[in-house]
Amino acid sequence: MLDLLLRALLGGLGVAAVAGPLGAFVVWRRMAYFGDTLAHSALLGVALGFLLDINLNLAIIVLCVGLALVLVTLQKKHIIATDTLLGILAHSALSLGLVAVSFLDNIRIDLMAYLFGDLLAINQADVYWIYGGGFAVIALLVTFWKPLLAVTVNEELAKVEGYPVEAIRLLLMLLVALVIAVAMKIVGVLLITSLMIIPAATARKLSSTPVQMASFASLIGCLAVCGGLWASYRWDTPTGPSVVVCAALLFLIAYTLPFKRLR
Amino acid sequence: MSKRLVAFDKIGISFDGRVLLENIDMTISEGEIVTLIGPNGSGKSTLIRTLLGLQEATSGEIVRHKTLRIGYMPQKLHIDPTLPLTVKHFLALVRGVDKQQILPTLEKLGIGHLLKSQVHVLSGGETQRVLLARALLNRPNLLVLDEPVQGVDVNGQVELYNLIENIRNELNCGVLMVSHDLHLVMAKTDTVVCINQHVCCSGSPQHVTGHPAYQALFGVPGADESIAIYAHQHDHVHDEHGSIVSEGGDAHGHDHSHCNHH
Repeated sequence: MLDLLLRALLGGLGVAAVAGPLGAFVVWRRMAYFGDTLAHSALLGVALGFLLDINLNLAIIVLCVGLALVLVTLQKKHIIATDTLLGILAHSALSLGLVAVSFLDNIRIDLMAYLFGDLLAINQADVYWIYGGGFAVIALLVTFWKPLLAVTVNEELAKVEGYPVEAIRLLLMLLVALVIAVAMKIVGVLLITSLMIIPAATARKLSSTPVQMASFASLIGCLAVCGGLWASYRWDTPTGPSVVVCAALLFLIAYTLPFKRLR
Repeated sequence: MSKRLVAFDKIGISFDGRVLLENIDMTISEGEIVTLIGPNGSGKSTLIRTLLGLQEATSGEIVRHKTLRIGYMPQKLHIDPTLPLTVKHFLALVRGVDKQQILPTLEKLGIGHLLKSQVHVLSGGETQRVLLARALLNRPNLLVLDEPVQGVDVNGQVELYNLIENIRNELNCGVLMVSHDLHLVMAKTDTVVCINQHVCCSGSPQHVTGHPAYQALFGVPGADESIAIYAHQHDHVHDEHGSIVSEGGDAHGHDHSHCNHH
């Protein structure tokens, strides 16, 4: 039991630590709905992974990146408003995923675990995957921090100054896809974006620089994971949603109490 | 002779069959201040976006000097309020910036005290200066300024134009400025290019303000004395109804083709 909890805690903290800084970018670039769309499509990735018998995480990443590319292409063509497009893709992908899963007769999938996460079901391999993927994301974020931020602040200025804007945008999508793949086990496809956005939004209240906001988002996410796990253990509530509720509580606290921003 | 930084060669841009710009010829040299004027929707912004590589020209080409390095000052700066950012951090984003230069650059523009301010709380004039600082930190030999005095009061505008002129004198860089309000810019400008899809007329400020193509777009200079701060020559007189009475006989008789010889 202790082993199980410890593993869950380790996994959860790993995910929260990575989701925080990336969540800051999602918030800054107003990509929340975009992240949601990618997350929803992850279930389709799971189904395809089972069907084609390839690594599930890999299938999710490939599918997310593919979908992101489709999205960007469609966006450029201005066929339809972006939020409508996202709505169409998000729910079509989710439904397609659910339909595809229903075809998997010979494999039993715990659908609830994929939709809402099951922190207590993670095994040793998952922990390795979370930390491997997590370190890759953090390393990429640190290496490309300046161009990522420059493109986020103002794409035109960044382009004139010679930043490879398109490549950076693609990198950000790849990172979001990675985080989704990593976080799915913990909070599930329906709640992943909340783990990115809520801690970042909470951190905004306390920060005066981008680096502060990104690191606070990590810390706040970790707090939420601890709180959620504890509540889940104490009252036998579902772990994923408990973590999100805890994050939302922290958000409320940050915005109702008169905290001062760090200088 | 000073180095020619940019030459527009018969640039044309159309979008969905609509012609935005056609046959634009224009050059900018080191140490030269060129002001692009034209009414709203005349294609000024489109033209500079083409120079900046943010938009493709449909026809013609832009010849850039191999040393060309642009410092761009956009019209406005919108930064999402969820992104906490100080002026210092904003300026540190310039690609390959020398961070030691940030404070001196701000001080040169008279805003050294803003180093640690959040970008969201700056006034219009302060924002313009911060944007100018960002353009300068890119170590440009050509400054491209899109409506640099937008949202700045008249005194602030005069100060900003003086600053820009000082920078030109100090760096000997070229300056390409866009404006739809030309009353103030004129005094400092070497060349005015008046466009409305095509180049209506270009030349010295005095030449352009006297030009009928210009007057057709902007009215008669001096008609509103309260904002006529630049020095200009009256090459015409008004009759009692305010319309122009030609003095020199042919001064208002010529057509467009007459004025594209620059």
